[in-house]
Amino acid sequence: MENRAIFSGKLLPCLLILPQLAVSLIFFYWPALQALQQSFLVQDAFGLSTEFVWFENYLSLLQTPEYYHAIGVTFVFSALVAFFSLTLGLLLAVMANRNIRGVQIYRTFLIVPYAVAPAVASVLFIFMFQPGLGMIARALQRNGVDWNPVLNGTHAMILVVIVAVWNQISYNFLFFLAGLQAIPKSVIEAAAIDGARPMRRFWTIIFPLLSPTTFFLIIVNITYVFFNTLGIIDTATGGGPNGATQTLVYKVFQDGKVGTDLGGSAAQSVILMVIVVALTAFQFRYVEKKVHY
Amino acid sequence: MAFRQFGAAAAVAATLALATPAHAVTEIQWWHAMTGPNNDVVVKLANDFNASQSDYKIVPTFKGSYADTLNAGIAAFRAGNAPGIMQVFEVGTATMMAAKGAVKPVFELMKQQGETFDPKSYLPAITGYYSTSKGDMLSFPFNSSSMVMWVNLDALKKADIATPPKTWPEVFAAAKKLHATSPTCGFSSAWGSWGLIEQFSAWHNVPIGSKANGLDGFDTVLEFNTPLETKLLENIVELQKDKSYDYSGRTNTGEGRFTSGECPMFMTSSAFYPNVKANAKFSYTAIPMPYFPDVTGAPQNSIIGGASLWVMSGKSPEEYKGIAKFFTFLSDTDRQANLHQVSGYLPITKAAYEKTKAEGFYEKNPILEVPLKELTNKPPTENSRGLRFGGMVQLRDVFAEEIEAALAGKKSAKEALDTAVSRGNAMLRQFERTAVK
Repeated sequence: MENRAIFSGKLLPCLLILPQLAVSLIFFYWPALQALQQSFLVQDAFGLSTEFVWFENYLSLLQTPEYYHAIGVTFVFSALVAFFSLTLGLLLAVMANRNIRGVQIYRTFLIVPYAVAPAVASVLFIFMFQPGLGMIARALQRNGVDWNPVLNGTHAMILVVIVAVWNQISYNFLFFLAGLQAIPKSVIEAAAIDGARPMRRFWTIIFPLLSPTTFFLIIVNITYVFFNTLGIIDTATGGGPNGATQTLVYKVFQDGKVGTDLGGSAAQSVILMVIVVALTAFQFRYVEKKVHY
Repeated sequence: MAFRQFGAAAAVAATLALATPAHAVTEIQWWHAMTGPNNDVVVKLANDFNASQSDYKIVPTFKGSYADTLNAGIAAFRAGNAPGIMQVFEVGTATMMAAKGAVKPVFELMKQQGETFDPKSYLPAITGYYSTSKGDMLSFPFNSSSMVMWVNLDALKKADIATPPKTWPEVFAAAKKLHATSPTCGFSSAWGSWGLIEQFSAWHNVPIGSKANGLDGFDTVLEFNTPLETKLLENIVELQKDKSYDYSGRTNTGEGRFTSGECPMFMTSSAFYPNVKANAKFSYTAIPMPYFPDVTGAPQNSIIGGASLWVMSGKSPEEYKGIAKFFTFLSDTDRQANLHQVSGYLPITKAAYEKTKAEGFYEKNPILEVPLKELTNKPPTENSRGLRFGGMVQLRDVFAEEIEAALAGKKSAKEALDTAVSRGNAMLRQFERTAVK
């Protein structure tokens, strides 16, 4: 906070932040306000009849048991995806940060999954996990696992978690690797000379020094799971079976796009927005205290 | 979405700029959801029509899945640039119908434009789905199919089943027998809600909902949680336990299980035919859907699936003239007969059906006549003319969710159907509120 750049006058700084402000206003604030407005309306799909209903959309939402179910599903899903994509990303980063032959090749390949669009990633995994046809599904079935994601909610959840984690690992890997490379070698060498074994060096030096990266990634990952996994779920399970993989954002999409209930869908978006803002605020307030910059 | 519209707009602008206006050609946008060979059919129809006259030009544009196409049309309408013709799947019918002011009914269009149009020349089992209770045709049927049971004859022989099962009790017995030779799936079905609830009810002449399944008004109430539907679901749940029946998902993504030979009996759309023909390496046939013989009057008649063409409102008189001419062009007997024989979709006029029959086509292709026989089995009743529920796209998902809950053993069949009905009714009331009166 101490190293402030000093600009003369107010015009130039204002001009410089203008593009970013414009982007935020047009792509974030404006749609958010529109969602807020829509959430107070009951409207048909074509926008031919509109009725202002105050909080009715919210109230009817809070009376549907499926909505609470979706909240539960979302938290289980986000916890699983965030945990596995962060730990696996970190593990891979630590491995790829060593001096081994061909390390650049490994690093490049580890980044590739991030370039795959979520829906495409889903299709790849469906091919492997389709009961009766998929390679992995058949292997599981041969080994006595009754793999059936079209009917078994737990299996469907495992499937979407695998796709979401696979899709997100690269991102985490990239940031962890950068974080690891920013840790001064001298600190680690000093610990090694003092007799600390690799595991101890990792937990007492590297992991704490990585904490800003970890903190940043936790927030990014949770946002990812809450919003960007829509394509994965839509392609892999369609929210099924029996709502077992219906997350909040998928329900927004279902009710708004498929069910053309724009008011109810907008009300859900607004609640979702509040949840994510609250989660992020909570993390900044409490978790950030444990971060060493 | 916006980008796609921009792309379409840019394409239109470009063609407009390039066209030399020696002669004013009226362009008519046609948004559709047909892929693969069916996309070729759409393009060929447009080209043939464009070549047959020089005043109008039909421009077909692929807009993605059925749901995507409907959403694109809705978004375009809200933005004030809807296409002239929009292909909407059968379950979107109520949504379109409720949008008075957004669509132009086909019967009205044909009358205004002075095209010869006799609603009686169309197959009632097909047009009934797209007509008002007074019989006025609202949209123009394009591709129609119905549900049939696909049977792998080789597998049946291997399991020592002499003739393909006709009734539900026979199907259950056959599925159990097939379990020995096809342990992962004796029998399966696609489109859970369409087959096990909608078609099943029509085929047994029992209502899915009140008010003639919603055809007579948006104040319809679902009522398919009767002992009959419960009996079917209970039996299927029982078979699911050892995979004598095995669920294949909500849509038709599991159809490959039939062509691969995994599931010897598979209930799905008759439009599955080209796929079976291309991929099945065993002798197969399609038979009518099974029924419970103890239900009086069963089997009644089946209902259609597929899509129809809707005309959007607010277009110029020239465009409407062109669209009306295009529909007359589509109704031509030879064209319909040919379309039916090539694509496997059903003919929409009686004349085309008769012509195909007279040519002896069905003797060589008996499978293609099965859905037609189902549809025309008996004159449609209130329960079998069709169905029209607001938000049907999502209703189907809700019904499928509850069927899944029953199959997974989380709920009893009765509980699942009760919940499906109560959740569905809540959605219908929400839709009724927003429907333009």
